[in-house]
Amino acid sequence: MTAVTNIPADAPLPRRRSRVWQRLRGNPSALFGGALVGFFLLIAILAPILPLPGPAATDWNAIRKAPSVAHWLGTDELGRDVLSRMVWGAQASLLAGVVSVAIAMGIGIPLGVMAGYARGWTDAVISRVTEALLAAPFLILAIALAAFLGPSLTNAMIAIGLSAMPIFIRLARGQTLQVMTEDYMESARAVGLGHGVIIWRYIMPNIFPPLLVQATLAIATAIITEASLSFLGLGQQPPAPSWGSMLNTAKGFLEQAPWMALWPGVAIFLVVLGFNLLGDGLRDALDPKGS
Amino acid sequence: MLPKKILALAAALMVSASWVHAADLRIGLAEDPDVLDPDQSRTFVGRIVYASLCDKLVDITPALEITPMLATGWSWSDDGMALTMTLREGVTFHDGTPFNAEAVAYNINRSKTLEESRRKSEVASIESTTVVDEYTIQMNLSKPDATLIAQLADRAGMMVSPTAAAATGAEFGLAPVCSGPFSFKERVQQDRIVLEKFPAYWNADAINFDSVTFLPIVDGTVRLANLRAGDIDMLERLSATDVASVKADAALGLEQAVSLGYQGITVNVNNGDRANTPLGKDSRVRRALSLAIDREAMNQVVFDGVMAPGNQAFPPNSPWYDTAFPVPARDVEAAKALLAEAGAENITVEIQTSNDPVNQQLMQVIQAMAAEAGITINIVSKEFTTQLSEQTAGNYQGSQIGWSGRVDPDGNIHSFMTCEGGLNDSKYCNPEVDALLNAARTSNDLAARKVSYDAASAILAEDMPIIYLYHQTWLWALSNKVAGYTPYPDGMIRLQGVSLTE
Amino acid sequence: MLSFLGRRVLIAIPTVLLISVFVFALQKFLPGDPVLALAGEDRNPEMLAFLREKYRLNDPLYLQYFHWIGNALRGDLGISLRTQQPVLELIGQKLPVTVQLAVMALIFAVVIGIPAGVISAYKKGTWIDWLANIISLSGLSVPNFWLGIMLILLVSVKLGWLPASGYQPLTEDPLQSLRTMLMPAFVLGSGLAATLMRHTRSAMLGVLQSDYVRTARAKGLNERTVVLKHALRNALVPIVTVVTLLFGELLAGAVLTEQIFTIPGFGKLVVDAVFNRDYAVVQGIVLCTAIAFIAMNILADALYRILNPRMRDQ
Repeated sequence: MTAVTNIPADAPLPRRRSRVWQRLRGNPSALFGGALVGFFLLIAILAPILPLPGPAATDWNAIRKAPSVAHWLGTDELGRDVLSRMVWGAQASLLAGVVSVAIAMGIGIPLGVMAGYARGWTDAVISRVTEALLAAPFLILAIALAAFLGPSLTNAMIAIGLSAMPIFIRLARGQTLQVMTEDYMESARAVGLGHGVIIWRYIMPNIFPPLLVQATLAIATAIITEASLSFLGLGQQPPAPSWGSMLNTAKGFLEQAPWMALWPGVAIFLVVLGFNLLGDGLRDALDPKGS
Repeated sequence: MLPKKILALAAALMVSASWVHAADLRIGLAEDPDVLDPDQSRTFVGRIVYASLCDKLVDITPALEITPMLATGWSWSDDGMALTMTLREGVTFHDGTPFNAEAVAYNINRSKTLEESRRKSEVASIESTTVVDEYTIQMNLSKPDATLIAQLADRAGMMVSPTAAAATGAEFGLAPVCSGPFSFKERVQQDRIVLEKFPAYWNADAINFDSVTFLPIVDGTVRLANLRAGDIDMLERLSATDVASVKADAALGLEQAVSLGYQGITVNVNNGDRANTPLGKDSRVRRALSLAIDREAMNQVVFDGVMAPGNQAFPPNSPWYDTAFPVPARDVEAAKALLAEAGAENITVEIQTSNDPVNQQLMQVIQAMAAEAGITINIVSKEFTTQLSEQTAGNYQGSQIGWSGRVDPDGNIHSFMTCEGGLNDSKYCNPEVDALLNAARTSNDLAARKVSYDAASAILAEDMPIIYLYHQTWLWALSNKVAGYTPYPDGMIRLQGVSLTE
Repeated sequence: MLSFLGRRVLIAIPTVLLISVFVFALQKFLPGDPVLALAGEDRNPEMLAFLREKYRLNDPLYLQYFHWIGNALRGDLGISLRTQQPVLELIGQKLPVTVQLAVMALIFAVVIGIPAGVISAYKKGTWIDWLANIISLSGLSVPNFWLGIMLILLVSVKLGWLPASGYQPLTEDPLQSLRTMLMPAFVLGSGLAATLMRHTRSAMLGVLQSDYVRTARAKGLNERTVVLKHALRNALVPIVTVVTLLFGELLAGAVLTEQIFTIPGFGKLVVDAVFNRDYAVVQGIVLCTAIAFIAMNILADALYRILNPRMRDQ
């Protein structure tokens, strides 16, 4: 929802990787963000081998039990271990974040570059459509798309990806336009390089850094959106867990089992915070004006 | 100076809890009603509003007997082809139009002929009406219809003002005019419906409020929080899992009644290609699935034991329930044996359910239970609208869905189980069942009807196109200030005799 | 200025038309028959056929679209399939609710976000800056609907201080109206406050390094005057623009907040309409929100143009 204001105003030129890395390392917030993201990535990957009960293993005798030694984070409405569901839910949330942004970038960047590179009618058409898509409320678009495709995690990812796509079109187009004014572009054209080569060798590397920053921040938004869709019943379907669908169930048991609503919320918060911190750090590190 | 003012305002904001308008009753509804025209409306929740807005020709008692309302008496002709009703005198509609036999004739005609009318099938058996005198109406039927009187105890029997209906036509629902204890004041969609006391109501003595406000609050937790905070005085459809905490709260009261409806799994037995599954083609598989389910445990896990487990179209406490087939206990071995007999061991079936948390929880419990008998269930969540479309189109194997229930037993079974039934989405068709259910709807002899329904229930227990699971219990939570509330199995809120004490 | 506005409005027209086509197409492809949703429990084939005819659902798609857009241009957005209320009237009923929520959220955001941004910029690099940054990022990272649930749990259920939901029009009972909106506005405003804080911070940083602030300091003006009068006033230019943009987003962003707190506004209406397949309502609302969004964008650009010269003059 804040995507419009997240787009960096200027197009930084790529700097040498080692310096970027150095600056990133010197930024405690970014490191903290990276650690958060790394932690959740790790538990998502390790989920199958962690010594936990299955995320769908029910126990009729342990319905909505508060956190205890046997169940560190308590149990849910079917007596399933909340910790286990949290761990497996991390898979769904991270996957949703990464895949949907990959979809958005995969479609958005080529279109944006095309618009910026070809200009003229191509640009006009792509830009108008982008503008129209941006004017339609992001979440409503995602809800309608998810309802259209039918409730499932895959469809939620597609819906989020398509809804987030216009931002990448716009950003890629703007960056391309900027790069086109650079001197080296003129020389590249002067020596008669083909369009494909110019785009691949000169444009892509130069527009990549701001897109990377945007992608990191977009993953944060996508994770929240996936949770929102699951919360409305349009995301991950039972019995497979996702943090959003866990919250959807939990809201019916706020009084009896508040822990059911607490953990998934905290987890979403932390992982999104991680991506936001990382994105901020990346932006600072890539910023040519920074010292 | 300024900070002080701000502090005072803040304090006022926090402290000044809801001030109670002594004579306004505020009711939290679980959904927002649809259009407020008795002839066009189609939601359960809408009928709750009508209970205060629109009087009917007859009403029901909590024991489901028909009782006088706008009609003070009625009698059937010997051949069952004519119903004569004596009407209450001195009743007026909210706009001052007098209520009389002409008004009844107008209403029946409107239900039958208004293009948008959803009541056509309910009053289809009425061929014509005869105004005998100002307060006597005779309904002439095309065939005997035992269900008619129960229909007149519901929306088909709600009397709207002929003057208003003639003036507004299909848009009547934007400002409904009836003859109930309260008249329509205003409605803000998804927010509230406000009704005002109708001073000229024929039974005004039984009404103790100047106004009643219905507030749709979809989320069960939030609805209860509002009741606790005193922002509403009572709510309908309390979440089953909140029953314990309401009982423990000294400031709240709980009322309940087993509903007339049912919840179950409708199986596609003959509705297109997707019926070609072991579940759809072999009743033994359906019975095995039914046996694999521990209905009592399901009730405990999902509903804290509040609902009424069931296995027929009528709840076990209904006079129409066939006691020869009690709710079966779980029997995994018997289920496995049936599956083996049918040559359908380790099968996978797909069952669709709506994407709300309670239904999903229910299906997950059933999924876990069925797995132990060797039936793998894939749960497919759909939005409710999509679920209905798929079901009608036959694009499903099993569908977990329910029915809100009708006063007359016919309403719970006929359209679902007869070959041409309008709601028969499983496309189950058994001429024997058709004959029994058709006979039951034409006879006014209760004992004879019961024999027919029992015979049908016996066949259905064998064929099982719908695997009945449980019957919802209507749950109302009320502030202790609300006195005199009577729960009805139809889930309606009748305000006659209800009062607020301070 | 006028020609600028005129041009922007002209460009906006095809955009709005495009949106109308998108929305129309998208929901026509939604699974689930609206007529079945409409028929509810009492569905029989004749009724379904009649309803299809009545709402022109049998017409070819392009005819349905032209019929709708033609009426829309004449100010008729159709009627809600569910309650038969005219969509325009519904929007008229819901708009004040969402606007009130958005304005209150914006007030929250401004009151928290701008001072936090100013302080953070002024104390750049200190722990205060760092803390403000973490808090603001937290505001951006917390899922709105979860924050709402937690607040209901704490403030309404446990403490009983504020109503958990409901809505009173400001005109009927101002105090109660503010009370019911307090929590939702806070939830909605929290993310905004964070965005605003970050923008204020970067704008202030730019201004604080500029020549005239240095000049002002050199003149010996006291620090308070320099920061608040000279620096902030200039930093406000981009901030005002951002606030305008945010307001447009707010109208659309209220979706989940309204859902949680059962506030009968735009967001709740549109979500319910999507689920009920109430086509006319979805179309009408998305169209209106998009127009509002575009209008706010144009306004933001215009404001920027109006405010900018003043900055150069100094």
